[in-house]
Amino acid sequence: MPRFTARLGDQTYRFADLKSVMACASPRRSGDELAGIAARSDEERVAARMVLADLPLTIFLNEALIPYESDDVTRLIQDSHDQEAFAPVASLTVGEFRDWLLSHRTDSAALSRLAPGLMPEMAAAVSKLMRNQDLVVVAAKCRVVTGFRTTLGLPGRLAARLQPNHPSDDPLGIAASALDGLHYGVGDAVIGINPAGDNVAGCIELLDLLDTMRQRFDIPTQSCVLTHVTNTLAAIGKGAPVDLVFQSIAGTEAANRSFGVTLSLLEEARDAALSLKRGTVGNNVMYFETGQGSALSANAHHGVDQQTLETRAYAVARHFEPLLVNTVVGFIGPEYLFDAKQIIRAGLEDHFCGKLLGLPMGVDVCYTNHAEADQDDMDVLMTLLSAAGVTFLIAVPGADDVMLNYQSLAYHDVPTLRRLMNLKPAPEFEAWLDRMGMLDDQGRLLEQPPSQRLLAP
Amino acid sequence: MSAPDPWERFRAATRARIGLGRSGDALPTKALLDFQASHARARDAVHGAVDFDALAQGIDHPVIQVHSAAPERESYLRRPDLGRRLDAASRERLAGLMAEPADAVFIIGDGLSTAVQHHAVPLLELVLPELEGWKLAPVILAGQARVGLGDEIGAALKASLSVMLIGERPGLSVADSLGVYLTWQPRPGLTDAERNCISNIHAHGLSYREAAARLVWLMKESRHRRLSGVTLKEASVLEIPP
Repeated sequence: MPRFTARLGDQTYRFADLKSVMACASPRRSGDELAGIAARSDEERVAARMVLADLPLTIFLNEALIPYESDDVTRLIQDSHDQEAFAPVASLTVGEFRDWLLSHRTDSAALSRLAPGLMPEMAAAVSKLMRNQDLVVVAAKCRVVTGFRTTLGLPGRLAARLQPNHPSDDPLGIAASALDGLHYGVGDAVIGINPAGDNVAGCIELLDLLDTMRQRFDIPTQSCVLTHVTNTLAAIGKGAPVDLVFQSIAGTEAANRSFGVTLSLLEEARDAALSLKRGTVGNNVMYFETGQGSALSANAHHGVDQQTLETRAYAVARHFEPLLVNTVVGFIGPEYLFDAKQIIRAGLEDHFCGKLLGLPMGVDVCYTNHAEADQDDMDVLMTLLSAAGVTFLIAVPGADDVMLNYQSLAYHDVPTLRRLMNLKPAPEFEAWLDRMGMLDDQGRLLEQPPSQRLLAP
Repeated sequence: MSAPDPWERFRAATRARIGLGRSGDALPTKALLDFQASHARARDAVHGAVDFDALAQGIDHPVIQVHSAAPERESYLRRPDLGRRLDAASRERLAGLMAEPADAVFIIGDGLSTAVQHHAVPLLELVLPELEGWKLAPVILAGQARVGLGDEIGAALKASLSVMLIGERPGLSVADSLGVYLTWQPRPGLTDAERNCISNIHAHGLSYREAAARLVWLMKESRHRRLSGVTLKEASVLEIPP
C-alpha cells in the first residue's frame, strides 16, 4: 500500500502527502474548510488520524511541510532541533508518542528535557490524536518557568494579564481600568495595553503612565504597550521605560512578513530590551501573541492546516526566550473558528502544544460577536485551562473590551478561578496584594478589598 | 443610604465596565444582565435581516437590488469569499446596464449588522446634493455583502468610483455602527489598502454631517487625483474639513 493510505470498512482513503494527512486529521474547523484542505467527511478525518498514528515521529525531521529553501521558519525549526533531547522518543510513532506522553512514568522533568527535541509539527501531529482531556492532562504535567519582575509558571499559580484598553487611549480611562483590575488581583503576568493609536509618541505616553503607576504603588509586575516591534524599538531609542517587547507572530515567513517582522528584527528588539536591564527576578523580555488562522488570513499558509501553522509560530517564539506567549484564540472570527466548540478545542490545543514546546503559554479566552459563542462557553474554556495549568489568562473590565470590540474574560473570573482551583498569583505579586491588605488569612482575595490606598486622589 | 461610589470620578473617562462590585468573586446580578443585554443586541444585529424593500422606498434615486453568492447568513459568516462575489442572477442584472461609464456608484450592503437600515438614507441625503454634475449609477442594494463586493459591482457598472455603505461588526457598546468604503476604479482583486474608510458612524460616534463632509471631500479628491487608498489617506489628514 502507498504510504498515506488507510482502509476503513470497505472504503480506502488515500492522502496525497504529509500535509494532507495533517490537515485531514485535524478536528473540524471552518478555517481549514475555507482553505479547502479539511477532511471531506468524518470518516475521512478518522482515516487520516489512523494514518498519522502509524507514522514515525522522525518523518517530520525528513519531510518539511514547507520547504527549507523558501521559508525561514522551517530553517529555524530544522537548524535548532536538538537530537539529543529528541532521543527518548526518536523510535516512536505519533500514536505511540501519545501513549508515552500520557504515561505516569513521563513526569514534568522528562517533558522539560524533551521540549528542545520536539519540532512544532510533532506537537501538532500528536495533538490531533488527543481528546480534550488528554490535552489538559499532559499540559498540566509541563513546567515552564519564566521571570521579569514576577516569576511565572510555578506550580499552584495562575497569573493574569490586566488589559485596560481605551478607544482613544485616554490616560484617566486607562488608569481607571488598571486600578479596577488590581483590586481583583489581576496584573501579575503583565499590565498590557493595546493602543488605539499607532504612533511612537502616543506609545511613550502610555509607557510612562504605566511605569509611573507601577512605581507609585510599588507593584511587582511588568508593563507593556502592545504596538509594533518597530515602534517599541523607536521608544527604547527615545529612552522610554520599556519592560517587554511585544509582537504578533505567525508560523510562516510570508505571514510574518505581512506583520512587518523578520527574525532579525525580533533579535534586534530583544537585544535592545535586554540592554535596559529592567528585570529583577528574571530576564525574559519578549511577549508574543499568536492565533490559528493568521497565516491563511495573510494568504501565506502553503496548504498547511491552521493548527500546525500555529505551532510553527511557537518555534519562532521559543527562539527568543519570551516571558509570555498567548494565543488570542477566538479573536479572529467564525471563518477560522466557527463556534464555541471549535474555539474551546483550539484553545486547549494551542496551550498544550505551546507548553510541550517549552513556552510560558497563556490564552486570551475570547470571542467576537459574529461567532457562535458566549460567556458561558468562556467559563468552560477558562476552567479547563486552569485545570491544564495555564500560565496566564487575560482579563478586562466586565469581559467587555471597549477598544478592540470583543469579549475576553472579566477581572472577576481571575479570583473566581483561583479560589475554585486553589491557585495563587505569582509569588511577588501575592506578597504585594498581602501588603495592600487585599488577602484574607488563607491568602485568598477578600470579597471587598480595601480601595482607599489605590484610589486616593 | 448607600455608600459613595469610589469609581464615580472615573466613569466619565471610560465606557469600560469598571467598579461593578462583586457577589463572592462573581459579577453581581445587575451587571450580569446588563452584559447579556448588550451581547444580545450585538447578536441580533449580526443575525438580523436588513429590509431592503423598505430601504429602497426611502431613496430618491433609481435603485437596483442584488445579492452576493452567500445564500444565507451561516455561509456568509463561514465563507467571506462568497460575500465578495455576486450571485449569477445579480451578475446578469448588472451586465450591460450602463451603456456609458459612471462617475460613481453608491452601494448599500448589509455587512455584519443592520446598521444601514437607519443610517444609510440620512447619509445619502446629505451627500447626493453635493455631487452636482456627477453621472451616478443607480444605487445598488446588496444582500449578504462584504466590502469587496463593491469591486465586482463597480466594475460591472463601469464606475470610476465605488462608495460602499456597510454595517460594521457590532461591539457590545455599539451594535449599529456604519462604515463607508471608497474605492477608485473598483475591480475584483483589490486589497483594503487601496480603499479609504470612514468608520464609526452612529448616534454616539461620527455624525451624518461630519461623515458626509468627509465623504464628499474624499470623493472629489479621489476623482481629481485618480486614486484611493493610502496616498489619499495621507493627504486627507492634512486637508480634511473639520
